[in-house]
Amino acid sequence: MTLSRRALLASTAAALATAPLQALAFNENDANSLITALVGDINRVIDSGKGENAMLRDFERIFARYSDTSYIAAYAMGVDGRRASNAQKRAFSDAFQGYVARKYGRRFREFIGGRLEVNQVKRVKQWFEVSTTAFLQGQSPFNVTFQVSDRSGKPLFFNMFIEGINLLLTERTEVGALLDRNGGNIDAMISDLKKLG
Amino acid sequence: MHFRFLITRLFPALLAAAMLSACAGGGSQTVSEEGIYDPYEPGNRKVHRFNRGLDRALVRPAAIGYSTVLPDEVEDSIGNFASNLGEPSIVVNSLLQGDLRGAGNSTLRFVTNSTLGLFGFFDVANEFKMVQHNTDFGETLHVWGVGEGAYLELPVLGPSTTRDTVGMVVDLFTNPLSYTVDEPEAYYGTVAGVASSLSTRGRLTDTIDAVLYESADSYAQARLIYLQNRRFELGQDDPGAAIDPFALDTEGF
Repeated sequence: MTLSRRALLASTAAALATAPLQALAFNENDANSLITALVGDINRVIDSGKGENAMLRDFERIFARYSDTSYIAAYAMGVDGRRASNAQKRAFSDAFQGYVARKYGRRFREFIGGRLEVNQVKRVKQWFEVSTTAFLQGQSPFNVTFQVSDRSGKPLFFNMFIEGINLLLTERTEVGALLDRNGGNIDAMISDLKKLG
Repeated sequence: MHFRFLITRLFPALLAAAMLSACAGGGSQTVSEEGIYDPYEPGNRKVHRFNRGLDRALVRPAAIGYSTVLPDEVEDSIGNFASNLGEPSIVVNSLLQGDLRGAGNSTLRFVTNSTLGLFGFFDVANEFKMVQHNTDFGETLHVWGVGEGAYLELPVLGPSTTRDTVGMVVDLFTNPLSYTVDEPEAYYGTVAGVASSLSTRGRLTDTIDAVLYESADSYAQARLIYLQNRRFELGQDDPGAAIDPFALDTEGF
């Protein structure tokens, strides 16, 4: 069988066109492996037996690596983000990452001797919901759900629910309250955020 | 606290307080985008300040003391005893919701734990894979199609809604045990219930402290957390969960 030049060209072009598509096709497995890796990293930090500050630094790194930090920060700032300068947005993002790591990292300490298990992944519009169960000592198991999207170009989680309690909404409420307390001053809110969590 | 005290004194007082805050007005008359309807916000905030003061002065220290002094096993047993006494009420509500499996499960749990579990001090039913399921008259009302109503923060008892407050009052009257158990024994359940609440407050000290004392607006945090968690328990859609990650400008963050 001889391949015509045209057929060869056509098949090469088709291969070139579909290769990046396959690499980018974001599916259940990507969402699942992201959360499995995240859970593994969190469990390793908990089991490391390091001091509190070292653990919190580790959690900040984990948060930066697995979550869509710019989306979470932008959502938490809400409409006030529209009047923020780029420098303020950057400063807010940095302060917010540290704050989230401290606040949720402290909660993860209660995970010592416990574990998170991935249950199921389900597609919701353009993203996935990964539902996990947390088994902690002396407590009934509870649900932790992560929402994962590839909005930024790679799979990252952009929201988390603990027994239905939504991280994005909780933190937007908190940032809004900090802004109110500071009469809407963004810089003052950012410096408050650095002390919280 | 005695049961009769609860129904003749405390609850009328709570309802009066709830109605007072209802008259106070001034809160938002519309539902926010997070699905919060809080028309009594000014009154609720007053109750919240009272509850926070009560927690700081009394409940928190008592809870920490209770949790520190008692070994975990004893705390667990008291908690088991209290929740076992709640099973008949769960049976009643499961039946009212048409949940025969739930009613059967709770009946078996109550029988097993009251006998093999030595008056409920041990949750042996759990070992037999009869896992506890929780429900209340607030959920029954939800199943019957009653909406959640307005957000309410109740004195001492904390976050609730108008529907769940009605549910709590009804549950006091429909717990079959309160009609079958005589005077001195009736105290045990109440005492164990209070002790079990202290135990929860003590064990979750850090988490609850973070909400009450470390957040910028503890009232707003407690309200959001309560409503979202309650809707999750009832299997309701959370209006706040419909967040599209592609519908936001993240430029600069």
